[in-house]
Amino acid sequence: MKLTGKQTWTYSKPLYINATGTAVGPEEAAGPLGETYDITFGDLHCGQENWELAERHLMEQAIDACMKNAGKTPDEMDLFLSGDLINQTIIANYTARKNQIPYLGMFGACSTSMETLALASALIDGDFANTVLTAVSSHNATAERQFRYPTEYGGQKPDTATYTVTGAGASIISSKPSPYQIKMATIGRVLDLGITDPFDMGSAMAPAAADTIATHFEDTGRSPSDYDLIVTGDLSAVGSPILLELLREKNYDLSSNHQDCGLLVYRPDQPVFAGGSGCACSAVVTYGHLLKEMKEGKLKRIFVIATGALMNPMMVQQKETIPTIAHGVVIEVADGGGV
Amino acid sequence: MVEYFIAFVVGGLICVVGQLLMDIFKLTPAHVTSSFVVAGAALDGFGLYDKLIQFAGAGATVPITSFGHSLLHGAMAEAEEHGFIGIAMGIFQLTSAGISSAILFGFIVAVLFKPKG
Amino acid sequence: MGKNELSPEQQAYKEKIKPLQPTPPYFVNCLKAFLIGGLICAIGQGITNFYITFFNFTEKTAGNPTVATLILVASLLTGIGVYDKLGQFAGAGSIVPVTGFANAVTSAALEHKSEGLVLGVATNLFKLAGAVIVFGAVAAYIIGMIRYLFQMVL
Repeated sequence: MKLTGKQTWTYSKPLYINATGTAVGPEEAAGPLGETYDITFGDLHCGQENWELAERHLMEQAIDACMKNAGKTPDEMDLFLSGDLINQTIIANYTARKNQIPYLGMFGACSTSMETLALASALIDGDFANTVLTAVSSHNATAERQFRYPTEYGGQKPDTATYTVTGAGASIISSKPSPYQIKMATIGRVLDLGITDPFDMGSAMAPAAADTIATHFEDTGRSPSDYDLIVTGDLSAVGSPILLELLREKNYDLSSNHQDCGLLVYRPDQPVFAGGSGCACSAVVTYGHLLKEMKEGKLKRIFVIATGALMNPMMVQQKETIPTIAHGVVIEVADGGGV
Repeated sequence: MVEYFIAFVVGGLICVVGQLLMDIFKLTPAHVTSSFVVAGAALDGFGLYDKLIQFAGAGATVPITSFGHSLLHGAMAEAEEHGFIGIAMGIFQLTSAGISSAILFGFIVAVLFKPKG
Repeated sequence: MGKNELSPEQQAYKEKIKPLQPTPPYFVNCLKAFLIGGLICAIGQGITNFYITFFNFTEKTAGNPTVATLILVASLLTGIGVYDKLGQFAGAGSIVPVTGFANAVTSAALEHKSEGLVLGVATNLFKLAGAVIVFGAVAAYIIGMIRYLFQMVL
């Protein structure tokens, strides 16, 4: 049985992340992880005409870098799982139009990164594909104009707001050995704890992350100390302490090994409010920085939980509360280095 | 120099009211500015806004509250001459400069510039 | 409001996270709004005096060219990408003055440039600022009617 407990999948085949590719914008390149990305752009437009094209360019560049790192071509891929934040996931759709790989569009807001990774692994484990390409993207300006205000509007954001990461992350998954093995995934359920403030995603999403993490421990019988690092996607400086508090109530202590991609991706003195967010936030940090740490032997087993807020501006204006979700994936350094 | 100081203080205080509405009552900027325009028209309804302008000058004409005041003033001026229909005729009379220049400059800037993000 | 009533669990969560959430820096925000809002008004006073001194406007009529000048400046500052940074610093201090109206118009128009001049720029020009005109016109209309009725009766 691959289903473990209620919501956790334990893959029966050995599955690996063969290669990754990341592309980011200027603010991320200037961040503390600037060295870990494959491609960086000094300009938010990424040399393109408009914001949407800029985001598409980021995703294409991340995929190109991923293909190059793997020494593969798109026609060797059996499936393309991809998503982003923009209406009808058009960034992913138009990228799929170009690369001509059989495509399944995904949407889990900022949790899409781990959603694609979990599902890609499951499809390979179920023999529906041999090699799967995943990619997610987000762009500060496309997110601003769709979810908030025009980019040049002089509104004031509160300290609880987050800064959408401009970037894209891609990965190739297959059963061909590599140093990074995907062992398990825990699929989250949609939680809504009544937050209505669209400028406070951290508070809205923390319960979903706590639920997925606690369920993962119950399903697997593991405890926080089984992981070198438990990293959340974009809870930021506001959601992270709430997460620790919620898990402490359930007798899980994450205070020594929890980090948040939204806090890792920027320096505190950058103008990013409570931290980074967006699909690309967890993707570029995981595919760039965290896998590098694993390669260097600093981390052996990590649990990455990407968190997403499943609302849109219309729902916010209709005074609906914000539903949220979190999906987690366990990545380990493969036995014997995996090679 | 005194008039500059009064304009600064009165204009600043009107903005502080707006800031408190945003921070404490969590109003969006659109809600704040809409409320202010209605407030300006209401104050003018009682003839109070003119007194504020006399006292504070640009401190009262520059905040968006003066937009509501001007709308009502234009309407009332035409109503003097044409009765009820004058209200409809005069409502945008005094605010025309503000609205038309916002349209013109907004359009030109949009054509010439690119959003910076 | 029925559908929006919070369940006991949601209510409890809201209470629980209160101590963990940052409170807005009320005083600093108000001070910044005061300084920048006041400064914009003082500059407006200078422009008014300029028009009165050099272009024969009266104190009553100088308001129009003053507003138009401030709108021009704010539109340009929006175009070169400065006004959004000013707004993050000043909050209501740069939203409440008429320059904020110009920023709302220009930023919406500029953002939708990629969808063309007609369906992008022109259609979206009043996307944010339209609310001010709608509420202003409706309020002025109703208050004008009431005042006119009173004047007739008295």
